[in-house]
Amino acid sequence: MTKFNDTQLQEFNRLVARYPEGKQKSALLPVLHLAQESFGGWLSSETMDYVAELLQLNPIEVYEVATFYSMYNLKPVGKYMFEVCQTGPCMLRGSDNIIAYIGEKLGIKPGETTPDGMFTLKTVECLGACGYAPMMQLGKHFREHLTKDKVDAIIAECRSSAAANN
Amino acid sequence: MGVKLLLEKAQVAGIRSYDVYRREGGYRSVEKALKTMGPEAIVEEVKKSGLRGRGGAGFPAGMKWSFIAKPEGVPRHLVCNADESEPGTFKDRYLMEFLPHLLIEGLIVSSFALGSNDTYIYIRGEYAWIVDILEAAIGEAKANGWLGKNILGTGFDCNIHVQRGAGAYICGEETALIESLEGKRGNPRIKPPFPAVQGLWMRPTVVNNVETLAAVVPIINMGGEEYAKIGVGKSTGTKLISACGNIKKPGVYEIDMTISVEEFIFSDEYCGGIANGKRLKACIPGGSSVPILPANLLLKTAKGETRYMNYESLSDGGFATGSMMGSGGFIVLDEEQCVVKNTLTFARFYRHESCGQCSPCREGTGWMEKILKNIEYGKGKTSDIDLLWDIQRKIEGNTICPLGDAAAWPVAAAIRHFRDEFEWHVKNPEESQKRNYGLAHYADAIHVPA
Ligand SMILES: Cc1cc2nc3c(=O)[nH]c(=O)nc-3n(C[C@H](O)[C@H](O)[C@H](O)COP(=O)(O)O)c2cc1C
Ligand code: SF4
Ligand code: FES
Repeated sequence: MTKFNDTQLQEFNRLVARYPEGKQKSALLPVLHLAQESFGGWLSSETMDYVAELLQLNPIEVYEVATFYSMYNLKPVGKYMFEVCQTGPCMLRGSDNIIAYIGEKLGIKPGETTPDGMFTLKTVECLGACGYAPMMQLGKHFREHLTKDKVDAIIAECRSSAAANN
Repeated sequence: MGVKLLLEKAQVAGIRSYDVYRREGGYRSVEKALKTMGPEAIVEEVKKSGLRGRGGAGFPAGMKWSFIAKPEGVPRHLVCNADESEPGTFKDRYLMEFLPHLLIEGLIVSSFALGSNDTYIYIRGEYAWIVDILEAAIGEAKANGWLGKNILGTGFDCNIHVQRGAGAYICGEETALIESLEGKRGNPRIKPPFPAVQGLWMRPTVVNNVETLAAVVPIINMGGEEYAKIGVGKSTGTKLISACGNIKKPGVYEIDMTISVEEFIFSDEYCGGIANGKRLKACIPGGSSVPILPANLLLKTAKGETRYMNYESLSDGGFATGSMMGSGGFIVLDEEQCVVKNTLTFARFYRHESCGQCSPCREGTGWMEKILKNIEYGKGKTSDIDLLWDIQRKIEGNTICPLGDAAAWPVAAAIRHFRDEFEWHVKNPEESQKRNYGLAHYADAIHVPA
C-alpha cells in the first residue's frame, strides 16, 4: 500500500540525483515532503520505514528527522489545514481575533480537527509574511491580510472544492 | 527617491521570466565575471565593495569568501541561505518571488568566484510556491546556457539545486543549515571547524544570505569601488528592509543607508507613518532578536543625534541605548500595543525553535515564556521581573549557537526600556487582562512630524 507510484518514483529519483554519490541521505527532507503529500498528508511509521528503505537508512535516522521539523505531521490531519501565524508582527495586527474566529466557525480549538476530517486549525510561528498580516498557510500557498469575511470565503471555498472532488 | 540596485526592475511587467529579465540587462554580470575576470578578481571586487552579509550578522562578504579552504581535489560548495525565519523578516521572499533571476545571476557569479560546481539554495519549507518559481528560473537559465556544463565556453560547470527545509528557524544558523542539508536534525555544530574549512559533507563551504548573493550582481556590474560610494561608513550599498507592525504601508523597501529612521517611518515613500491615527511607541528595527527601542531612543541616539538606517547608527549606544540592523525586519508598535505581550510571543517563538542541545537555551527559553505568560495574564509578581532578568543573563553567551543570545536580548531590552509596563501588568492584573495593551505614556514625549 505504502509505495510511490511511477510519477512519484521519478520525482524521488530526481531528488536523490541532486547530491553526490553516497550522499543520498541529503534527500531525506524533500523525500519526506514527497511522502507526506503522497500518503494522506501525514507520516505514519509505515511511511517512514518505507522512506528509510528507499534511502538505505536506518529507520531511526528517519524518525529523528521527522520529529524535529514542524512541517511533518505525525498524526492524521484534516483535508484542509489552516496554519495561522501567531508571532509578534501578526499578533500586532490582530491574529488572536482571527484564530478565535476560525475556532468559533469550525467549532474546534487550535490543534484540533473537525469530526468530519475536513479542517484542522493549527497555530504556527512566523511564516515570513509579517507585512501582510494576519495570515495563514493553506496547503502550498499563503492567505494574507485576513479578515473575518475572508475567513468565511476561504472556508466556503474549501467546502466547495471538497464537494467538487468527491 | 533613493538609489535602487536590487529592486530597480521589480515592477517591470514579466520580470520574473528569463526573456524580460535578459532584455532588461540581466546576466551581464555573468558575462563580465566569467569572461573578463578570474575568481580572485571577483573576490577582490566584493571586498572593495564593503558588502556586509545581509542575513543578520553583517560580516564582510569578501573577507568570508577569502577564508574558503582550497585543498587539492576536494569539491567546494556555495550554499544560499533562504531559510528566512526571523520574525519580522520577509525580504528574501520578496526578492526570490519577484526577481528570481537576480538571485540565480548572483549565484552563478559567486559560485564561479568560490569554485562551487554544485550550489544549493536552502529555502524554508513554507515557501513552497517559491521553490517552483526558483526551479523554473533555473531551468530557463540552463536552457540559455548560463548553467550546466562549460558555461560561456569558459570550462566552468555549475548546477544550482533548491532544497526545501521543513519548518525550523534554527536551520537558518549556518551550521544547522548544513546539518539539515545533509538530511539530519538541525543541531548547530560546535565551531571550529568553520564551514569555510569543513562544511557541507565536510567540504569547504560558504553560506551566504539571499540578499548578499543578489548584491553581487550590481557590485560586478558597477565595480566594487562605485558600490562602496553608496551609503555611509561601513554601511555600503543598499539594504532591503521589511517593514511591518502598525504602519500605513507595510512591505519591502530598498533603502540606501543614509536615510534617517524618522524619514523611513514617516515619509510616504516608505512606511507612511503610524496607522489608525496612533502614535509611535517603540520599534524592533532588525528582526525579533534585536533590542526593542522606545520611540525617543529610536529616532535620536542617547546623545541626541539623529538616528539613521544603517549598521553603525542603529547600534549606536550599544545595548544600553541602541539596537541593531540585524536582518532588516522592522517591527513598529503603536502607543496602545503591549510590549509585554509582544515579548511573550517572541519568547514562545524561541522556546519553540530551540534545538535543545544546550541546557541554558532549552530550559531558559521555556522559563522565560512561562514567566512572561504569568505577567501578561495577570498572575505575575514583581520578583518575576527580576527573575526574568536573571534568566536572560544566564543564557547569553553560554550556548553553542547564537539562538540563545537571540532569545535573551529581546527580553533584556523590553525590561530595560519598559520596566514600568511590566510593573503595571503586575499591579493591575485585571485591567491588563481586559485591555490587553500596555501603557500609552511612552508616546507622550515623542515628537511626531506633522
Ligand atoms: C538562530 C539563527 C537563525 C538564523 N537565520 C538566518 C536566516 O534565516 N537567514 C540568513 O541568511 N541567515 C540567518 N542566520 C545567520 C547565518 O548563520 C549566517 O550568518 C548567514 O547565513 C551568513 O550569510 P551572510 O553573511 O550573507 O549574512 C541565522 C543565525 C542564527 C544564529
Ligand atoms: S543555543 Fe539553543 S538553538 Fe543553539 S545549539 Fe544551543 S540549544 Fe540549540
Ligand atoms: S509574524 Fe506572522 S508571518 Fe511573520
